Amino acid sequence: MTVVRASSRDIVAVTTSSALGEGPDTFPRLLVEHARRNPRGVALQEKRYGVWQTTTWLEYHDHVRDFAHGLDLLGVGGGDVIGVLGDNRPEGLITELAAEAVGAAVVGIYPTSVGDEIVHILTTARVQVVVAEDQEQVDKLLRLRDQLPNLRVVVYYDLRGLEDYDDDLLREFMDVEALGAHDRIHRPTWFDERVAAGRSSDTAVICTTSGTTSRPKLAVLSHDNLLSMAARLLQLDPLGAEDRYVSALPFAWIGEQMLTVAVGMTAGFTISFPEAADTTRSDMREIGPHVMFGPPRIWESMVSDVQVRLAEAGWLKRMVFAWGHRVGERAASRRANSEGSPWYDRGVLALADLVALRPVREQLGLSRLRRAYTGGAPLGPDVFGFFQALRINLKQIYGQTEICGIAVAHADDDVRSHTVGRPIPGTELRIADDGEILLRSGAVFQGYLNNPDATGEAVDAEGWLHTGDAGYLDHGHLVVIDRAKDVRRAPSGDLFSPAFIENKLKFSPFVEDAVVFGGEDDAGITAILTIDGQTVGSWAERRHLSYTTYTDLSQKPEVRELLAEEVFRANEDLPESIRVLRFVVLHKALDADDDEITRTRKVRRDVIADRYRDIVAALEERAASATIHTTVTYQDGTRADRELDLAVRSLDGFVPAPRRRRGIAWRVA
Amino acid sequence: MLTRAYQHALNGSRLERGVAQMEIEAVSLRFGGVVALDDVSLLVRQGLVHAIIGPNGAGKTSLLNCISGLYAPQRGHIHFHGQDPPADLTQLRPHRIARLGVARSFQNIELFRHLTVLDNLMLGRHVHMSHRLAQSLFWFGPARNQEIAHRELVEEVIDLLEIQAVRHHLVGSLAYGIQKRVELGRALCLQPAMLLLDEPMAGMNAEEKEDMARFVLDVNEFKDVTVVLIEHDMDVVMDISDHVTVLDFGRVIADGSPDEVSRSQTVIDAYLGEGDGEGDPA
Repeated sequence: MTVVRASSRDIVAVTTSSALGEGPDTFPRLLVEHARRNPRGVALQEKRYGVWQTTTWLEYHDHVRDFAHGLDLLGVGGGDVIGVLGDNRPEGLITELAAEAVGAAVVGIYPTSVGDEIVHILTTARVQVVVAEDQEQVDKLLRLRDQLPNLRVVVYYDLRGLEDYDDDLLREFMDVEALGAHDRIHRPTWFDERVAAGRSSDTAVICTTSGTTSRPKLAVLSHDNLLSMAARLLQLDPLGAEDRYVSALPFAWIGEQMLTVAVGMTAGFTISFPEAADTTRSDMREIGPHVMFGPPRIWESMVSDVQVRLAEAGWLKRMVFAWGHRVGERAASRRANSEGSPWYDRGVLALADLVALRPVREQLGLSRLRRAYTGGAPLGPDVFGFFQALRINLKQIYGQTEICGIAVAHADDDVRSHTVGRPIPGTELRIADDGEILLRSGAVFQGYLNNPDATGEAVDAEGWLHTGDAGYLDHGHLVVIDRAKDVRRAPSGDLFSPAFIENKLKFSPFVEDAVVFGGEDDAGITAILTIDGQTVGSWAERRHLSYTTYTDLSQKPEVRELLAEEVFRANEDLPESIRVLRFVVLHKALDADDDEITRTRKVRRDVIADRYRDIVAALEERAASATIHTTVTYQDGTRADRELDLAVRSLDGFVPAPRRRRGIAWRVA
Repeated sequence: MLTRAYQHALNGSRLERGVAQMEIEAVSLRFGGVVALDDVSLLVRQGLVHAIIGPNGAGKTSLLNCISGLYAPQRGHIHFHGQDPPADLTQLRPHRIARLGVARSFQNIELFRHLTVLDNLMLGRHVHMSHRLAQSLFWFGPARNQEIAHRELVEEVIDLLEIQAVRHHLVGSLAYGIQKRVELGRALCLQPAMLLLDEPMAGMNAEEKEDMARFVLDVNEFKDVTVVLIEHDMDVVMDISDHVTVLDFGRVIADGSPDEVSRSQTVIDAYLGEGDGEGDPA
C-alpha cells in the first residue's frame, strides 16, 4: 500500500496567504471583497453585437445584491436549490452568487438536455425556481411542468420571442432585479447581513456526475470544498487578477465551475464569454486566454482542425510545419527527461518556434496560454504530444465531480504523457489492494443529494473517496488505467484498457468516436467507429467522391478503406495482443440525445453494447456484415423503418497502399 | 447590464397587425402575346407570412416584379397602405418603392461578393443615411455618429440571423445558404414595411431549408415584418405561411389558409398536371 501524504496544515497557510488575505471563506464574501478592493476592475465581459461589453466588480456585486433581494422576494431561502439552464452568460454567474448569498445553492443543467434528464435533476433537487436563458429553454420547462410539481417560478433573461408569453410561472430577470433594487431601499443592510451570516460549510453548488453507467447523481459541494480545491490548485499553479479566461464549456460541468467560479473568484481574474457557439474560436483568439481547461474532446478537435487545414495548405507550409513540429517534439522529449539541450539546439528551436509553432498557436488562440489542463477522460498520448511539441503547457489533471474536479495534476516542470501527475497539495492518495484509486482531501464532497446509499458507497468511514478507477503509481506519478470495471485481460494475460485503444483510434482526424469490444478471448479486439462528418466530408470532396448524407458517406467503400488504413496505423503503435482486428463504421454519430454518450461526451458502453448487439455479435463471429434496423421519426409523427447493412472490415492481411500518405499531415514530409 | 431585448424595430410599417397593407387589384401583364398575369387580385395583410405559390411559369416572379416596380403592368393597380393617400406601386419607379419600405431578395443572389457581410448589411442602411461630403470623407461629427447608430441596428440583424461568425468574411467566400441569409439580412436592414422574398429556399438542402424557414418565421414573429414569399416547395410553404395564394398560368386559382388551399381540388390538379388538359406552361 502506498500513501502519498501532504499535511492539511499547508492549506490553512494557503488560504491565509492568498491574494485576498484572511477572511473570505464563501463566494459571496469573496465577491464583496473584490468589489471593495478592485471596484473598477473588469470582472466579466461578454461579446455582444460585436463589442466586448464589460461588467466591473462593483457592477457585478450590485447585480448580485439586487438579484439576491429579488430571490428573497420570490421566497428563495436557506437550503433551497435553484436550477440554472442555459449557455454561459453573466446572468448564470449572477444567479449563482445571489443564490449563495441567500443561503441557497445552484444546480446546473446542460443546455442541450431534454425531457427526462431535466425532470430527473429538478425533482431530485426539489427545485422550485429555475433561471433559464431563452425561449428554447423556457419552452422545454413549460412542456414538462406537469411532471415538475415543485416548480413555482421560471426566470428568463433573453426575452426575444417571449414577449407574448403570458404564463404565471414566468418572470423576467431584469424585473426580478428591479424589484430587488426597490426592496433594497427598505432593507439597506439586509444583503450584507445575509452574506455575513453565510457559513463556509453551506452547500454552494450541486454538480451532476457524468453518469456513464446510470442516471446522473447530484454531488453536493460546499464553499469549503470548492475554495480549498481552488487554493490548492493555485498553490501549484499561481494565477492572478491580470490573467484571462474564456468561459465556453457548460456551467453544469465541474471543470467549468472549478475555473470560472472557484479559481476565478479566488484569483479575481476576468471571465470572458464568447458571442455565440460558432464564434468561440475567433473570440478566443481576440482574448488570448492565459489558462484553459477542456475535456479531451476540445483538444482532439483542435488537432483535427490543424490536420485538416494543413492538408489543404501548400507543400511549403506543410514542410515547414513538419520540420518545426519535429524540432518541437525533440525539445519536448528532452524537457520530459530533464535533459539540457546544447546552445545550437536552442537556436534551432527558437527558429522553429518563430516560423512554424507560434503561427499555429496564434491560429488556435493559444499564443498567451501559460497553462492548459485536460481532464474528465483520458487524453490520447498522441494528442498530448502534439500540444507539447507546439510548446503549449498542456497538463493532465485527474479528479471527479465528487472531489471538485481535481485531485491529481502535473506540475509545470514534471509533465509525463502517460501519467496524470502527483496529488495536489493537501490531497492524500492511496491505491487499494484491488487496484482502485482512493483519494482524501478537504475537497471531498458532502454526499449525493437525497441518495445516502450511493454516498455510502462512494465515501467510506475514514473519508476516502472510492473513485472506481483502476491505477498504479509510477515514481510518485499516478497512472490511471481505466474505469475498474472496464479493465480487461487479454488471453496473453496482459491487462489492457479499452480507452487506451480507443484514444489511439480517435487520434485519426477521420474518426470521431471509437468503441472497442472483446479482447478477452480468441475472437480478438473489434471496434465500432464513427466518422467525423466534417473531415471525411472534405476528404471525399477532394477526391471527387459524391455523397448525400452522413449515413451515405459513412458506408462508402472508399471511406471504409480510408478508415482501414487509419486503424492499421493505430495498430502499429499497439502491442500485438491488443490490436484491432475488425471494425464496423456506424451509420450515425453517437448522440447524447440517444443516450449513447453523456453530455460531456463520454461513451456509455452498456448502452452501445446493448443497442448495437447485432453489430457486436457480427464482429465477434467474423461475419461479412451486420444488419441493423432503424426507425426514423419525422417531425409530423410519421415513421419510416429502414434496414441497413453495415459491412465488417477485417484487417487480416491488410496491406497499406505503397505510397501511403500518412493521415497525419505534418508527418507527410 | 444591458437588456437582451432588441432595441430597434425592424418593421417599417405603422399599420396594425391584420390590417390590409397591400391590395393588388386586377393586375394584368403581357409580354407581346404571352399573358404573364391575367386579372390578378389579392390582399396582403400586415404582419402575416403570405406565400404565393404555383407551378413553373405561373407568373409568381412577374407578380413580385410588378410589386417592386421592375415591370409595369398594362392594367390594374397595386395599392400600398401606410401613408395617406395609399401609393399605387404601378405608378412608381423602383427606388421610390424601396423608400416606401418594400424590400426584396432575389432568386439568384444579388450581393456585393467582394465586400464583407457587415459592409453589405451597412449598404442596406443607405436609404436611411444622409451624409455630407466633407464629413463623410474625414469621418467625423454627424457622419461618424450616424454610422455608429446604424451599426447598432445592423448588429441586431446579425444577431437575429445568427451570422456573427461570418461578420467580417467576404460574401463571395460563404456557402450558398449563408449568402441567402445575408441577403435576407440586407433586406431587413432597410427596416422594411414589407419583405418580398423570391424563392428564399431554392437550391438549398433540407437542413439549409429548415434554417431559412426558421429565420423567416423569426423575422415575422420577433419583428412583425410582413413577409410575401414566393416558393416552389409546397411543404415549406404550408408549414410557415399564414395565408397562401396559388397562381396558375397567370391567374389566381386559390386563396386562403394553408389548410384550405391544400384541400382545394383545383390546386391539386394544377400541381399534378391533371387539370383541364392545358398544354405545357409557356
